[in-house]
Amino acid sequence: MRAPRPPNRPPRCLATAAVDLRRALERAERRRALGGFALALPLVAFLFVFFLLPIVGMLAKSVDNHELASVMPKSAELLRTWRGVGPPPEEIVAVFARELKEAYLRREVAVVAQRLNREQAGWRNLILGTARRLPDTAEGGWLATLVRLDPAWGEPAIWAGLRRAAQPWTDIFLLAAVDLARDERDAIRPVPPEQAIYLDILARTFWISALVTLLCLVLGYPLAYLLASLPERWANPLLIVVLLPFWTSLLVRIAAWIVLLQREGVINDFLVRIGVLEEPVALVFNRTGVLVAMTHVLLPFMVLPLYSVMRGIPLSLTRAALSLGATPWVAFRRVYLPLSMPGVAAGSLLVFILALGYYITPALVGGAADQMISYFVAFFTLHTANWGMAAALASLLLVVTLLLYWLYARLVGIERLRLG
Amino acid sequence: MTFTRSLAAASLALVLAGVAQARDLTITSWGGAYQAAQRQLYFEPFQKETGIKLVEDTWDGGIGVLRAKAQGTPVWDVVQVETDELILGCEEGILEPLDWQMLGGKDKFLPAAVHECGVGAIVWATVLAYDGNKFPDGGPASWADFFDTRKFPGKRALRRGPRQALEFATMAQGVPPSKVYEALRAPGGIDKAFAKLDSIKKDLIFWEAGAQPPQLLASGEVVMTSAYNGRIIAANRQDKRNFKIAWQAGFVYQIDSWVILKNSPKKAEAMKLVHYLTRPENQAKLPALIPYGPTHVDGAKLVPAEYAEEIPSSPRNLPYGVFFDAAFWVEHVEKLTERFNAWAAQK
Repeated sequence: MRAPRPPNRPPRCLATAAVDLRRALERAERRRALGGFALALPLVAFLFVFFLLPIVGMLAKSVDNHELASVMPKSAELLRTWRGVGPPPEEIVAVFARELKEAYLRREVAVVAQRLNREQAGWRNLILGTARRLPDTAEGGWLATLVRLDPAWGEPAIWAGLRRAAQPWTDIFLLAAVDLARDERDAIRPVPPEQAIYLDILARTFWISALVTLLCLVLGYPLAYLLASLPERWANPLLIVVLLPFWTSLLVRIAAWIVLLQREGVINDFLVRIGVLEEPVALVFNRTGVLVAMTHVLLPFMVLPLYSVMRGIPLSLTRAALSLGATPWVAFRRVYLPLSMPGVAAGSLLVFILALGYYITPALVGGAADQMISYFVAFFTLHTANWGMAAALASLLLVVTLLLYWLYARLVGIERLRLG
Repeated sequence: MTFTRSLAAASLALVLAGVAQARDLTITSWGGAYQAAQRQLYFEPFQKETGIKLVEDTWDGGIGVLRAKAQGTPVWDVVQVETDELILGCEEGILEPLDWQMLGGKDKFLPAAVHECGVGAIVWATVLAYDGNKFPDGGPASWADFFDTRKFPGKRALRRGPRQALEFATMAQGVPPSKVYEALRAPGGIDKAFAKLDSIKKDLIFWEAGAQPPQLLASGEVVMTSAYNGRIIAANRQDKRNFKIAWQAGFVYQIDSWVILKNSPKKAEAMKLVHYLTRPENQAKLPALIPYGPTHVDGAKLVPAEYAEEIPSSPRNLPYGVFFDAAFWVEHVEKLTERFNAWAAQK
């Protein structure tokens, strides 16, 4: 550390010297903190670019509504401020018709059609079909021309839909993610029961994840205990066995489970042969298959934190409890279990949060009633290019997960989490 | 400092080299046994014949993927797409219009294989399949049989999602294949199809990947399933199975197309490749390896007789088929998928 003041200057008085000293100390401290921060800067930048920005981008995508405004800017501007039910006044319709034709010639109208189809199935064809056949001049007004091409243009619904599409941002995806929609008067309504699906799927996602976490804990705790209490000579090879699945492709492991669990598979055959079952039972392509395969895939994530915490618990503590008269059960419950809790907390949280995002495992070993929310995120991203809906579902999952994490932190205490 | 600076310079040079370096012509198809056949029949001979280097990629479809790949300077050139991706992609302007003169004219292909932005690659079908060994006295002969669990007890499988499932459920009500989309578009048609699916819900399981149906049949998990026709025949040829296709039950056939992504830096070579792929004599070679049919009118005539019957467009099969109505599905797929999943999730 540097001297508090230059040595050639005499001290004026003791008080100023003390202040000088403190300032210099603070400065040095700050410099050190800054140096430390500079070292972490690449990490901060990395997190910002590859973690924070994508999340913000995703949240923005879920309310993004730029399609109409970017393709038909004038119509969007007019429709945005127009109030009323039913077809808008002729001058707005005229601008709309002209821009629709221009967009069609520029090959950009599909974007608008796609956006409107998200309001209601069938509007894609309405927009494209109209754009294709729209004449250059209107006879008897533009509205009448549009209605002649398709009577739907006389209904209030399409114009309300266009007005919603003209707003700078939209809530239809976020609403749809919780099974709500807007009607012609822009009031929020629940969707018809045959389309209400996402709240169920969200609940299912959390339920499956919770069950898998519990199964991993029940299977992983004794295993981790065994690993921790064995001499290193034995523990290391066993640990490698635990890690082995990590080195095998996920798809191969899932395929193996299908072979094991199927109707004429190894497990069913065995159970029928020894007389436990009269005929094979369905173990795969249903919830059982999903739970078995996911538990298998996620087990190492439970065992490893448990093991590293348990290794740090001195065996002498349990022995001391026993020598003081505790039964083995009491010694475990009062001494060992509380000491291993940080591992339990960390392992459970890790498994639960990883399980929430599972997609390929349920897709391959589950039935249609076992698909989790990621399945629908993938469906909307890849197959219908509805990124708004995909982002809304992902945001819903993110928000609910953060809420649960917060609750967990309140109940268990974040300081008790320990990964090793 | 000099070290850091030279490192920075080196990496910048690398990046620039990467950008400046012209990439090779890239073709993207559907992987697996199918792309292996394409490699042997088309990709390798093309490189030898023209000296143009060809790089392969694979995908599983999806307009979202295609859109992402087409941004800026595309990383793919020639892609095999399904009909709905062709329609959407062409409307959105992410595909190049093809040079039909070079391909020999639009009248040389099946009408359904002709599009401004795409030319038919293969004719394939989703069919009703079963294991012949499990039904020595004759298997299911209609989609009504598929939905009749008293006559044919046991589990059955359909592709997860509404596509083809609704078509088959409509055929099961006695609607002839050619009238299926008319029936689905009629008021209440979709409700009726869902009601039909509902009638065997507890015996239904769903598959996701094309490789699953033969596996489900082989393992005895299901007694019958919907399947891609090529995979069933491939299982018979390679694994000595005795799987049967009930062509007469009715089937949905589709045409996959070759397209070129907009702004492809290799457009001329890409067009050359598309021409090579769609030459009749080349198309006719495919059914011997995997029974997907040619789209070129002359190609269909050149297929060796012993393979000709197994392709969807053969004179024996075609009368039972209905062409996949991409316009219907482009419009309805999102809402119907949501409805299908809501239906499937209810106990």
